[in-house]
Amino acid sequence: MSASLRRVWGLMYRHLALYRRSWPRLIELMYWPILQMVVWGFVTAYLAGVQNNVASVAAGVLLGGVLLWEVALRSQMGFSISFLEEIWSRNLGHLFVSPLRPRELVAALMGMSVIRVLVGVLPAVGLAWALYAFGLWRLGPVVVAFFAALLLMGWAVALGVTSLILRFGAGAEALAWSVLFGITPFAAVFYPVSVLPDWLQPVALALPAAHVFEGMRAALLQGSIAWGHLAAAFALDTVWIALMAWVFMRQLQAARVRGALLAIGE
Amino acid sequence: MHGFVPAPPGARPPAEPAILVEHLTKRYRPDARPAVDELSFALPRGATWGLLGGNGAGKTTTIAMLLGLLVPSSGRVLCLGHDMARDRFAALARMNFSSPYIALPHRLSVAENLRVYAHLYNVKGAERRIAELAGQLQLTELLDRPAGELSAGQKTRVALAKALVNRPDLLLLDEPTASLDPDTGDWVRTWLERYRAESGCAILLASHNMGEVERLCSHVLMLRQGRIVDQGSPEALIARYGREDLEQVFLDIARGRTRAESPAA
Repeated sequence: MSASLRRVWGLMYRHLALYRRSWPRLIELMYWPILQMVVWGFVTAYLAGVQNNVASVAAGVLLGGVLLWEVALRSQMGFSISFLEEIWSRNLGHLFVSPLRPRELVAALMGMSVIRVLVGVLPAVGLAWALYAFGLWRLGPVVVAFFAALLLMGWAVALGVTSLILRFGAGAEALAWSVLFGITPFAAVFYPVSVLPDWLQPVALALPAAHVFEGMRAALLQGSIAWGHLAAAFALDTVWIALMAWVFMRQLQAARVRGALLAIGE
Repeated sequence: MHGFVPAPPGARPPAEPAILVEHLTKRYRPDARPAVDELSFALPRGATWGLLGGNGAGKTTTIAMLLGLLVPSSGRVLCLGHDMARDRFAALARMNFSSPYIALPHRLSVAENLRVYAHLYNVKGAERRIAELAGQLQLTELLDRPAGELSAGQKTRVALAKALVNRPDLLLLDEPTASLDPDTGDWVRTWLERYRAESGCAILLASHNMGEVERLCSHVLMLRQGRIVDQGSPEALIARYGREDLEQVFLDIARGRTRAESPAA
């Protein structure tokens, strides 16, 4: 293993050891995705009862939306909260005086984000199939691409949140939990972009998630792959990640100038 | 004692200092008084130097700049020959740091904490190194205990183990015996003396414990308002101020008394 990969693994090991010692943390990872899925599952079951003809469509669109949106949410939180763990344990100073490069720190946080997404979302996907006979795989292999595009979007948002924490310290912590919920109305998770007012549609279309969910609806309702939306989602992910990585590096350097790295979180 | 890498017998110390600081200045705001003002010194390899000063004298700011955690306003820092402004990661791999004010994750066990840092510092034979340090620092019985459940003395020993996991050529210690009882403090000081003698590691020590500095340091930098106001061996400083110990010298300097003004002069 190269020295760089070993440093990335070292930081991931630190977080994995934390989960191994804390079952409540592990359960908390699965709790919200399962709760969301169960609530929306009952909503779709109710809709199936009153409007028989749209039952299967509603079930697919709502449950697919819930499960895929959880990927973006858990991805962003997995990254941001792993960073916050370093602040809460007052370990950030040790990390920044070790040979761990900023890109390696980001890679380790991304690695933890992937693990948290898999542990959090996969049980909910399985339960949706067991309770409501909805398999996310009904979307076809393109679901993997949707999954990846939302994972990337979560990282872009997390880099932005982490930059704000570096800039404003503990005061910005709440954003780690709330920021993506604020984006939900524009992400077209449960309805098409066309439902939004005209002036809001460009905002929605600047988000990778809106293209993913348009693609999801095309796959469920028409059985087709919306290649245009898929390409737009990945292109936007690239732009947002590049932009947020630049902001993160700028804020990290600014924190080194201000001397904020030792005092952050206090 | 076992497991240290002794300096080769008869080897000449390399000419390049462990730390070279030139005109180092830090202003947190453009209109503020500098926290560190035109600091220059060269810590030789294998030596233990003390960095002394009252609260706000600039010790922490200096150490943060030496570690690359803080960007200087002007001046230059070279650690182990590497310019910390351009090449800090090469130096950081061969340095380490310990401070009671920066914790290790307290839910992880001692062994897990040391394993994390063995990975971060790319230590070969990490498990062997951890066992070796645990033996030397009397941590073997504590390896499976969560770091948060340890006493202050045990935490200090774990922090030292973390600081030594990569066999550093340069060690920065910020108040290594703060909040320890006299017995544990003495144990740590004895251990550090032996470690430096056997490993040849250079140590920069910031401390408020004057007895500790007198015992461990061959040279002391006295800071006040970000500037080096005096320096020399503890014995030379005590003699120069006509005092009995370094604590009295510290008080003279902290209160702004010059050598001529000190009551004993």
